Amino acid sequence: MGNYFSKIFGHSPVAPLQEHMEKCYEAASELGIFFECVIQDNWDQVEQSRGKIVQLENEADELKAHIRAQLSKSLYMPVPREDLLDLVLVQDKIPNLVRDISGLVIGRRMEIPGAMQDSFIEFVQRNIDAAKKARMTIRELDELYETGFRGDELELVGGLISELDQIENDTDELQADIRSQLYELETELPAVNVMFLYRIIELTGDVGDMAERIGRRLELIISH
Amino acid sequence: MDATLIYLTLAGVFGLFMAWGIGANDVANAMATSIGSGALTIKQALIVAAVFEFAGAVLAGGEVTSTIRKGMVDSAVFADQPDILIFGMLAALLAAGTWLYLASRNGWPVSTTHSIVGAIVGFAVVGVGFDAVQWGKVGTIVVSWVVSPLTSGIIAFLIFTSIKRLILVRRNPLERAKRFAPIYVFFAVVLIALVTILKGLKHVGLELTTLQSYTGAILCGLLIAVVGKIAIDRIPIDKKANRRFHYHTVERVFAVLMVITACGMAFAHGSNDVANAIGPVAAVISVAQEGVVGQKAGLPIWVLFLGGAGIVVGLATYGRRVIATVGTQITQLTPSRGFSAEIAAAFTIVLASGTGIPISTTHTLIGAVLGVGMAKGISAINLGVVGKIFLSWVITIPAGAILAVIFFYLFKIFFG
Repeated sequence: MGNYFSKIFGHSPVAPLQEHMEKCYEAASELGIFFECVIQDNWDQVEQSRGKIVQLENEADELKAHIRAQLSKSLYMPVPREDLLDLVLVQDKIPNLVRDISGLVIGRRMEIPGAMQDSFIEFVQRNIDAAKKARMTIRELDELYETGFRGDELELVGGLISELDQIENDTDELQADIRSQLYELETELPAVNVMFLYRIIELTGDVGDMAERIGRRLELIISH
Repeated sequence: MDATLIYLTLAGVFGLFMAWGIGANDVANAMATSIGSGALTIKQALIVAAVFEFAGAVLAGGEVTSTIRKGMVDSAVFADQPDILIFGMLAALLAAGTWLYLASRNGWPVSTTHSIVGAIVGFAVVGVGFDAVQWGKVGTIVVSWVVSPLTSGIIAFLIFTSIKRLILVRRNPLERAKRFAPIYVFFAVVLIALVTILKGLKHVGLELTTLQSYTGAILCGLLIAVVGKIAIDRIPIDKKANRRFHYHTVERVFAVLMVITACGMAFAHGSNDVANAIGPVAAVISVAQEGVVGQKAGLPIWVLFLGGAGIVVGLATYGRRVIATVGTQITQLTPSRGFSAEIAAAFTIVLASGTGIPISTTHTLIGAVLGVGMAKGISAINLGVVGKIFLSWVITIPAGAILAVIFFYLFKIFFG
């Protein structure tokens, strides 16, 4: 009757969660390429990049659905089910944001004003850094399970989360800078374009915020 | 004389069928974790299982066989009607075998032990009378079905918690693992060897003094701990490797221990479960040969060999596939977890075998897995399935009993 003993093991959520985060980061890092192409005014490349983003977002959605389907209520886990579901929801916001941003830019054929291009790219890059750091913390998830959420590994993840916080602080500062730059340029640009540029800056900043929230969720998970 | 031969043949065939079924299906649970973790190949696991199941059956299987053979029904009731006991035991064997066959065909979780106990109690109550059952003993057995998963669960919890505290959460888990692993091996082997020597060996005709028993057990422990240490020291360590690889190597240290627990589990399983198949056979043999219900007659050792051989044949013919399937499905039981669960289960089972109580090895193992889960060791346990498995004996006992009653009356009509 060996066949049923194995069934008492539910599917571990760890590997799918990590895989999902990889997709999320990939989508975030594609945003850098996307804006490079926008600035170079190379709209074929922009479309290509957008295609990649949409595909990554779809893949992330599928993984999310898969994870949620597997986390059935009868599972007994070292981590509360709700916290894991929250984590995957927050992670999933990143590719969603990236998709929204890229959709908006393409739909309106937006241009980044020359004077703020460098700092804008820096701002985008820092948000991608935040997503990358979030991915690093999620990559430690299997080690956390291995050690039963205790000891040295816990300190390591704690350190990663505070680094993530630091990066998110940077993105906030950069966001403030870039907004004031845009404010300077406001009068020279069509009002509608300016409105949407503010919107893009805000959405891009949300990528960093979401990365930080991944850290917060993980903090909750390991504090149990 | 003719009838005796028929009874013996039937008992032998039914008993072998049961033993074959146990070897084909049940053993997988005991061996699969070692294969899943890559500690053993399937071929090696089959060899380990064959050797240690057999050893467990012969060296430590005597007490449980005695319980099944004559502990649960009052032989005095059968003194003037020995045929009834023969029919009953044959019916019980056939009932348990049939039920196991039906259940595994349909994928229902059942316990060999529960079905044979249900079958024996069933034929005794309906075929003979309420008083024919030794209710005290049967009560103990039923209580043990609750106590054994609980015990193994608690032991597994403690073992895994200690592994966590002493090794996994430390800054240098690999060095700690290498230092502590042989100590775990030592205690595991000493405990299992001790129970076996104290409780099992008298059926083989070996009588040892207490001092000899303890010395023997400790020597066994030391010997295997040294072998384990040598094996662990041979694991290569990449000093430049990162943390990720660090834990990987820690698990490889535990993989060495998994080889030892695989032996322990196979031994424990043999010591407890082989009795389900050969206990009734032994009962039939002693009555059929002597023509009376002998209270004193000893257990012929060759019957234990028969059971052990049946299990090995089951393993060789069908068990390979089951082990391979289960092995790939339980990847969550990494060596450190698998070691904790298996050693706790093996110890509990051998302890029960020593006291002659037939328990379900799978339930005990599941109890141990839950214990590791409680210690935050397993990323997801499906409690729905666990509940189903634990409740399955509620169905298995009456099912075994009803089938046994039917077969009992059939035998009575045919031979009586």
